[in-house]
Amino acid sequence: MKKIIIITLLAITVAFSANAENNGPENVKDCSETFNRASFKFNQGLDRAIVRPLAVGYRKLPNGIRTVTSNFLNNLSNLVTIPNNALQGELGKAGNNLARLGINSTVGILGLFDVATAMGFEEYEKEDYGQTLGKLGNGPGCYLVLPILGPSTARDTFGTVIGMFGGDPWYNVTVKNDTRHFKDSDFYISRATNGVDFRAKNLNALDNLEENSMDFYASVKSLYLQDRQQKILNSKKSTESQDDSDWDDVSTD
Amino acid sequence: MFSKTKINFLIIFLIFFVHIDNSISIEPNIFVQSTVNRASTILGGDLGKEQKIEKLKQIAKETVDIRGIGFYTLGKHRKSINDQQKKQYTELFEDYFLKSFSSRLAEYSNPEIEVTSQEKLNDKYTIVSSILVATKERPEVKIDWRIYTKNPEKPLIRDLIIEGLSLARTQKEEFNSIIQSNDGDIEALFTSLKDFVKK
Repeated sequence: MKKIIIITLLAITVAFSANAENNGPENVKDCSETFNRASFKFNQGLDRAIVRPLAVGYRKLPNGIRTVTSNFLNNLSNLVTIPNNALQGELGKAGNNLARLGINSTVGILGLFDVATAMGFEEYEKEDYGQTLGKLGNGPGCYLVLPILGPSTARDTFGTVIGMFGGDPWYNVTVKNDTRHFKDSDFYISRATNGVDFRAKNLNALDNLEENSMDFYASVKSLYLQDRQQKILNSKKSTESQDDSDWDDVSTD
Repeated sequence: MFSKTKINFLIIFLIFFVHIDNSISIEPNIFVQSTVNRASTILGGDLGKEQKIEKLKQIAKETVDIRGIGFYTLGKHRKSINDQQKKQYTELFEDYFLKSFSSRLAEYSNPEIEVTSQEKLNDKYTIVSSILVATKERPEVKIDWRIYTKNPEKPLIRDLIIEGLSLARTQKEEFNSIIQSNDGDIEALFTSLKDFVKK
């Protein structure tokens, strides 16, 4: 079993290293499109049957409950963001996020309240191992749609695997190690809630996109890859994250 | 030397053209804010949904470079189609764009957008940055507008970049996917566009 995992990881590594020079979203290959489209369809079914109804219900909850849920999940995500800040050489952000985690987990009652922002600790973008690999120059490799987990790339999937092999402290204390303080279900519930929270925040936007897309799969793929590109560049300026060259020769004559 | 009449004429000529230049060259940020204000007034008004859609379509025809976006979204395929296909595509894309755009916008009620800055990329393009003000339902959204300024007297919108995600690029990749899935046949895209407009 261990051998299979190592070979799989090596294959994924080779796949995304080979693509390192063409990192733009438009250059990402859809190596297993048939599988990806089937997986996308499965996820759409799951969304219609479970995730979307939950997201609709979630949006009906009082604003305060949704805010504390988001705060709790954001605080938890610092456990992965902090090591990735450090790996990317962003030590200032790592320190800031560590302070945020400490303050919000204690004064903010397990992260339910974002006291740190009020105290002047800025909230930065979340980071993960896929972003760090990208920042280190690794290309995205092939585009993937994972059942349940959704859009990804070979690099981002590898990043998720790093989390499962010790890189995610929350996973370590819930699923990987028996700490007697947490159960496996704590991890899965937090991930599922994260998914519902995301769906609820983007309910209209995603519904609208689906309704107005002729190929919803391609639209989601494009948006996912653009989003990842932007997150890896840590850029808030579209002039830095968008490739302008293909606008130059658009002539209407 | 110049006669007095000639000098007077020259002065009048200069004043006239300087005045014209100042009055009809539109700054991209002012253009965006005024376009947004026009759309906002319609969306926040008492009109029915269909009437709102018609009014929004009219604004889009005046302020968006639909033809330019259409050619952009064709990507590499625009170089391989003939004049007849180009004409057909231009018409189909306009119908598609207006339907898709207006039905997306009509869902919003009185969106409040504040233009914050602009950055001139070159003589052809300026990026105008704006903020869609947060409501109870959604957080603040950053929207950048790619403005085509080749003719500074008539700036046109070519793209909306919402939180860093370009709508035109997404559209381009969607169209490319449809063409690729049909062995590079552009007619497949035309069929999809027709089906969408009829929907």
